[in-house]
Amino acid sequence: MDIRVQESPFSLGAEAESFAARQRGMGAVVTFTGIVRDLPGGMAHMEIEHYPGMTEAALRKIADEACGRWDLGDVLIIHRHGRLAPDDMIMMVATAARHRVAAFEAAEFLMDFLKSRAPFWKKEHLAEGAQWVAAKDEDEAALDRWAAKDPS
Amino acid sequence: MMDVLYFAWVRERVGLPKERIETGAATVRELVDELRAREPRYAAAFADESALRVAVDQELTDFDASLSDAREVAFFPPMTGG
Repeated sequence: MDIRVQESPFSLGAEAESFAARQRGMGAVVTFTGIVRDLPGGMAHMEIEHYPGMTEAALRKIADEACGRWDLGDVLIIHRHGRLAPDDMIMMVATAARHRVAAFEAAEFLMDFLKSRAPFWKKEHLAEGAQWVAAKDEDEAALDRWAAKDPS
Repeated sequence: MMDVLYFAWVRERVGLPKERIETGAATVRELVDELRAREPRYAAAFADESALRVAVDQELTDFDASLSDAREVAFFPPMTGG
């Protein structure tokens, strides 16, 4: 398991390559990458604040939970903070599993949970001022589907 | 003594990221009531409990949570990662 919270950019290609190359006996690797969008229009940059210490612990907990629910060989989470521009890569997850369904589902699970259970906050800086991005009801609702699917 | 941390707009409204406070609050809600009574900027930051989330010792919890043995309490808006 590899969890990184960092200000610096990452290379999606290099990370995906090395993640896939270090697996043994895995039939599938799924990667997801989140990219900064200029949703309001005219956004100069986005500032991502986080809670050092808790962020890493929360991401680890989410990854542990995924490993408990699916038969995974490995999990990678990279999430950036600080100042990002539109079209910059904010974060990526990668999952490795013997079967692709587990790798796909676990990647979606990680994304759903890290959107609203990992302590990051986005602020959009526009020409006319800055605004905090509000959490969406649908992000919270996305967690319910995993509760419904919980076999326990 | 307890460290109280504020993030995102809660930090901006309170006007600082972190402070050490002496409190006898037994629960998060009691701490919030103490903070609200301090100054208008706290009252503004804590006006709507439903807009806030809380972590005690870096674990998400709720406003009924006990603060016994708590070293660090953090208040922030709903998270927007990903």
